[in-house]
Amino acid sequence: MADVTPIRTPAEQAFAAAYDGARGTLPGKGAVASLREDAFRRFDAKGLPTRRVEEWKYTDLRTGLREALPLAVPPDAAAKANAKDAGAVFAALNPRKLTFVDGAFVPEMSDLTPEAGLSIGSMAEALTKGDAEVTAKLGKTFETDDIAVALNTALMGDGVVIRVAAGAALERPLHLVFVTLSETSSFTRSLIVVEKGAKAAIAESHEGVAAQVNAVLELIVGDEAEVDYYKVVANRGVHLGSLMLSAGKRARFDTFVLNHDVGIVRNQSFVRFAGEHSRGALRGVNLLRGEEHVDNTLVIEHAAAHCAGREQFKAVLDGESHSVFQGKIVVNPGAQKTDSKMMTRALLLSDNAEADSKPELEIFADDVVCGHGATAGALDPTLKFYLMSRGIDEGQAEALLIQAFIGETVEEIAHDGFREAIMNAALAWLTTREVKP
Amino acid sequence: MSLLEIKNLHVEIEDEGKKILNGLNLTIEKGQVAAIMGPNGSGKSTLAYVLAGRPGYDVTEGDILLNGESILEMEPNERAAKGVFLAFQYPVEVPGVATMTFLRTALNAQRKLRGENEVSTPEFIKMVRETSDKLGISQDMLRRGVNVGFSGGEKKRAEILQMAILQPSLAVLDETDSGLDIDALRIVSEGVNGLRAPDRSMIVITHYQRLLDYIVPDVVHVMAKGRVVRTGGKELALELEAKGYAQYTDEAA
Repeated sequence: MADVTPIRTPAEQAFAAAYDGARGTLPGKGAVASLREDAFRRFDAKGLPTRRVEEWKYTDLRTGLREALPLAVPPDAAAKANAKDAGAVFAALNPRKLTFVDGAFVPEMSDLTPEAGLSIGSMAEALTKGDAEVTAKLGKTFETDDIAVALNTALMGDGVVIRVAAGAALERPLHLVFVTLSETSSFTRSLIVVEKGAKAAIAESHEGVAAQVNAVLELIVGDEAEVDYYKVVANRGVHLGSLMLSAGKRARFDTFVLNHDVGIVRNQSFVRFAGEHSRGALRGVNLLRGEEHVDNTLVIEHAAAHCAGREQFKAVLDGESHSVFQGKIVVNPGAQKTDSKMMTRALLLSDNAEADSKPELEIFADDVVCGHGATAGALDPTLKFYLMSRGIDEGQAEALLIQAFIGETVEEIAHDGFREAIMNAALAWLTTREVKP
Repeated sequence: MSLLEIKNLHVEIEDEGKKILNGLNLTIEKGQVAAIMGPNGSGKSTLAYVLAGRPGYDVTEGDILLNGESILEMEPNERAAKGVFLAFQYPVEVPGVATMTFLRTALNAQRKLRGENEVSTPEFIKMVRETSDKLGISQDMLRRGVNVGFSGGEKKRAEILQMAILQPSLAVLDETDSGLDIDALRIVSEGVNGLRAPDRSMIVITHYQRLLDYIVPDVVHVMAKGRVVRTGGKELALELEAKGYAQYTDEAA
């Protein structure tokens, strides 16, 4: 098998051509350039993942990404004008908006007013300058040979570099607003370091025309730091989002992802509990219809003792939509007293929808509490009749039951403002849902 | 005109073809409290479900007229708006839907179907508070998901609360006494009696005469094998308690 040269798909050829054409102009020389080169070689050797690649079994990128769109170019004034209202989903929180148009960081559409303990810069600039602090960290938050991450490393154009200094507590949440205005492909790479004892709430949203977005965020949660990270994906096309998160000692993090009105989405989270006595949650809800496809894949490594992890993902599926959950929990030798629980539930509202769940536990320590569960089912007809017998019509009865189903997970969001904003986004989706008798 | 007229009703369980109601005739007058008694399997609960419009039953013959209008083709929510209320034998738990939200959504949905204005929030809260106090339902219970974590007795009381808020013209109480101890039975019965009114009829379904000591019926119907086999006054319940149902199951055979 090893010496068989696979046939390159048009998308794979296009990525190779894009890399060839852009390598001279992509930001960064020296160490950055060799990082790109290594990553491209990895991609070139393996190609896009197919169903035969276990980690991508349910999201066949070779089929999903049949053609690669051209690399995005920096937005012009007209494009920027069109993007000014983006990020409405979290507007109620009055966050510090950092706007990306077609993958390029747009400082003039971003709130860069100074705040003590907060520094914000462009990733493109950091790479061009060869910022040693940044390049030393890139790809190290959680090392992986994942192909989406490799493609991102090879082609990363821009992103943000954020540092929240030790002990600082941000006044307002940060909101990374990604808006696509052209049918192009973009590769963004961001690095956020929340230092010891600092506190930050960070949001990320994706909207716009059907594009191909490959966004990687490396999030380093320092010792005793507290980080909330919430993401909403609501754009068509192909979204490949990778979160690499590393948590120090006595750290706390809370994450949530909401996916709705999408094309093909893969959210992959690579999380390491690197310091003792940390706790963190990864949760999410998919609201799907038509032929939408969302894959939430987690790899959670417990590398230190006494840490607690909570993972809960739910999917509501109409039409011919497809939801995938893959969750792997690895407990390293020595990570005693790990407490890790994982749950996934799918609500199938159509005979043609599909939900796949694949939990995996790899436990190498002997004094741990780990569990996982998965369910898939339809709306309970008895509950629906009960509600209708009180005068509630079928659509509203279903909406109430769906709301209850996802509410259980949304209510776990630690941050009050984001909890409300995410619930409102989910409720807005529910009002657009059509009930088929 | 009678409030409810059930004419020659034949009902089968969908997909199974099993016949449950077999030419049932029943008339309920406005303001009347009618008890329906009968042995297990006589079709009492099926009658309750068919009145409320639960899916899964095929009406193969006959009709149900409410105020002279057939309700057979109506959805459960439309029947509710016309005044039908079913107090469930086993009220279901609906986690994640707060009781207050549920009650208000239901009340306003009914009012909307009837072309009435929505009830205002303060008005609604006042209405619920007054009734829930009488039924011994705490504010904490109202904040919880519908029936979630309620005991059997609490669930039955919550059903009566719903009935009091929704003000039906026809209340069907399906074995409301099941699972209740004497104290709970008394509270629930007082709640029901408080709702007796000249423009409200009730069908009280029960196995036992005991409930009828508390909710005294105007008329007692005996069901067996899917139809009404005998009708009498409240003393009929006492006779049944003494003699059992055997004679009716034989008669109907």
